[in-house]
Amino acid sequence: MNFGDLDLNTTWFVLIGVLFAGYAMLDGFDLGVGALHLFTRTDEERRIMVNSIGPVWDGNEVWLVTGGGALFAAFPIVYATVFSGFYLAFMLLLAALIFRAVAIEFRSKQPMRWWRQMWDIGFSLGSLASSFLIGVTMGNIAWGIPLDERGEYAGGFLALLHPYSLWLGVTTVALFMMHGAIYAVMKTDGQLQDKLRGWVNHCIIFFIICYAITTMATLLYLPHMAARLRAHPALFSVALLNMLAIANIPREIHHGRDFRAFLSSCAAMVALMALFGLELYPNLVYSNPNPERSLTAFNAASSPKTLGIMLTIALIGVPVVLAYTVSIYWIFRGKVKLDKTSY
Amino acid sequence: MDVLLLSRIQFAFTIAFHYIYPPLSIGLGVTLVIMEGLWLKTNNPIYHQMARFWTRVFALTFAIGVATGIVMEFEFGTNWATYSRYVGDVFGSALAAEGIFAFFLESGFLAILLFGWDKVGRKLHYFATWMVCLGAHFSAVWIVVANSWMQTPAGFHVVGEGLDARAEITDFWAMVFNPSAMDRLSHTLCGAWQAGAFLVVSVSAFYLLRRKHLDFAQRSLKVGLAVGLVASLLQLVTGHDSAVGVSRHQPIKMAAFEGQYESLTNAPLTLFGWVNESEERTYSLEVPGLLSYLLHGDTAAEVKGLRELAPDPADRPPVNLTFQFYHVMIAIGFGMIAVSLTAAVFWWRDRLFQTRWLLWLLVFSVLGPQLANQFGWYAAEVGRQPWIVYDLLRTSEGISRVVQAEAVLGSLILFALIYLLLFAVFVYLLNDKIQHGPDPSDLKPTGKLSPRPEPSA
Repeated sequence: MNFGDLDLNTTWFVLIGVLFAGYAMLDGFDLGVGALHLFTRTDEERRIMVNSIGPVWDGNEVWLVTGGGALFAAFPIVYATVFSGFYLAFMLLLAALIFRAVAIEFRSKQPMRWWRQMWDIGFSLGSLASSFLIGVTMGNIAWGIPLDERGEYAGGFLALLHPYSLWLGVTTVALFMMHGAIYAVMKTDGQLQDKLRGWVNHCIIFFIICYAITTMATLLYLPHMAARLRAHPALFSVALLNMLAIANIPREIHHGRDFRAFLSSCAAMVALMALFGLELYPNLVYSNPNPERSLTAFNAASSPKTLGIMLTIALIGVPVVLAYTVSIYWIFRGKVKLDKTSY
Repeated sequence: MDVLLLSRIQFAFTIAFHYIYPPLSIGLGVTLVIMEGLWLKTNNPIYHQMARFWTRVFALTFAIGVATGIVMEFEFGTNWATYSRYVGDVFGSALAAEGIFAFFLESGFLAILLFGWDKVGRKLHYFATWMVCLGAHFSAVWIVVANSWMQTPAGFHVVGEGLDARAEITDFWAMVFNPSAMDRLSHTLCGAWQAGAFLVVSVSAFYLLRRKHLDFAQRSLKVGLAVGLVASLLQLVTGHDSAVGVSRHQPIKMAAFEGQYESLTNAPLTLFGWVNESEERTYSLEVPGLLSYLLHGDTAAEVKGLRELAPDPADRPPVNLTFQFYHVMIAIGFGMIAVSLTAAVFWWRDRLFQTRWLLWLLVFSVLGPQLANQFGWYAAEVGRQPWIVYDLLRTSEGISRVVQAEAVLGSLILFALIYLLLFAVFVYLLNDKIQHGPDPSDLKPTGKLSPRPEPSA
């Protein structure tokens, strides 16, 4: 089964990108809300922050689980190399994800100040650390990692922490904070909303600075990540779209069209992910040095039979998932109102 | 310690801890469907109160289940990279299917189950409860399918040689319905129903002993006991089927379960005992001929022993450990049948709620399914050794080659600390919820769930 001109391997390269873009758009805002959480002051404000993502964060995280499962099934060699190569980074990511998940559930269960403070810190630092580590991982995928002749990671933990990957970690935190702030504006009203509106602008400035530096560094130091753009100038339209989407956010926020601001932020993320994928393709893990050892959508993939089975599973499952995900967001639309089922 | 041992300890520890929670979610899901169904049918608000209370307990177990579950998916890649390369083509699709078909369903409708009480109508809410319950069961389906494929691989062929060898799928449905999948799935699900049901039973019995929330506790106890009784009795069937399947497809494991070294006709069933592995002898209390009869329907049938099946001790699992896990599981299983039958008789005689010794027994019954579920899995997984994929790939060959022992030791300590904290908080909060009891305000359903006012005459 092929999609037009796309062969199965390329289709799965795209689908993995779609899953991770979906993850960034959805879990991105609840990680961002978490990162901003400690900036709010009163318990009521914090409850509103947590409850703004309360019904949906769990479903959002499933995009990561499914993305990981799909990577395992479609490109097992990439899954094995990246997960074992980034061992300590991923263990820290797991610890961060566990803390933020249980903090959301545990926080409201006791009224004591120290109790809530403890889980507030767990939620916020867990969210920050998760965002940062996801960014560092993306940074290493862009920069490339040393692979041995068998396609396994040939560096240490510290080799993953170079300025470019660390900076991409910071950029991801900025991106998710911006995204989360916009989402929180949508879900709140009154004083808290006014405060959050101000934060959106700070976050946008923070993100644009990070993004400009990242782009410059990519063009200067990572020629392999700009080659396709140079060869096909038409693709600059994606980069342009990305910039326009980001520029549109303050405009929509200013006019009080919060949902359109959120859609702009989503569009910016999709464009970023598309650029990342376009530059990376066909590589999934770029080998730096020795690019000929890179793991690609073709040499690291499962058999065509498995890719076909997985495509069938995705074609049956994804429309259903999207349908009820949209319905659930619809049911929980509108401003957060604290009641007895709230966290 | 070396990477292999540390990685095995870490996987065993993280999966054992994780496996406290999903069975509770599956079993509680079933009781939630029953309780809310009773509310819809009878309109008695006590069932609404029950559904609300047990939903809060469900939320607690679910949150920890999700948080510790992501670890499992990552660990295949982080600690068992060679295994992942080898089996990804086959095993990965079951895992991805679990994400798409089960986790999305569960977590999506969980939002309505937990937060939708006042936002949607009662039918839609009940639908959401069903979907969460179904999603929990689907996740069991796919993960048990994946695990069973490691026990009895099917629907694949091996391509490449030496270090490049890997399994490729040839028949997806043969992989899904691999020889042990359905036996093990039904056995696992019944164990999960027991886990959830006996938690409800235990807490309700505790309230009755304290003479608190009597109506709530009596009705909850009945629902829990009904599910628990059915599940416990079904375990006789699913357990038997699983054992017959093991003897057919993994005879070495069966011989280890029974500590049987010699091939015997009229093979005995051991009730309990001790295996001396260096002398290859088993000291046990046994029923002559019963094993042959149970496995083959004929006491004269031969059951092969370890010496014939695996002459080299390196091809055997740790026999005594496997033997003990298996027998503890079975002993607890029969114990649960005895407890639930006794309680059912007292219920029938209308003396259940007054018989204090029995209520005390029921308070502690919650531990039974938990321990049996744990020991059953230990028996299944330790009994699979030395293979990670049975007869195909050895556990020692499956590890990540690039990961250092210090890194695994570090992560193991990290998980030990986090999980210790999680468990302490879980017990503390669960106890707090139990002490708190059902919320009296839940007796008046609110929002769209409130009963429609009678049209005024």
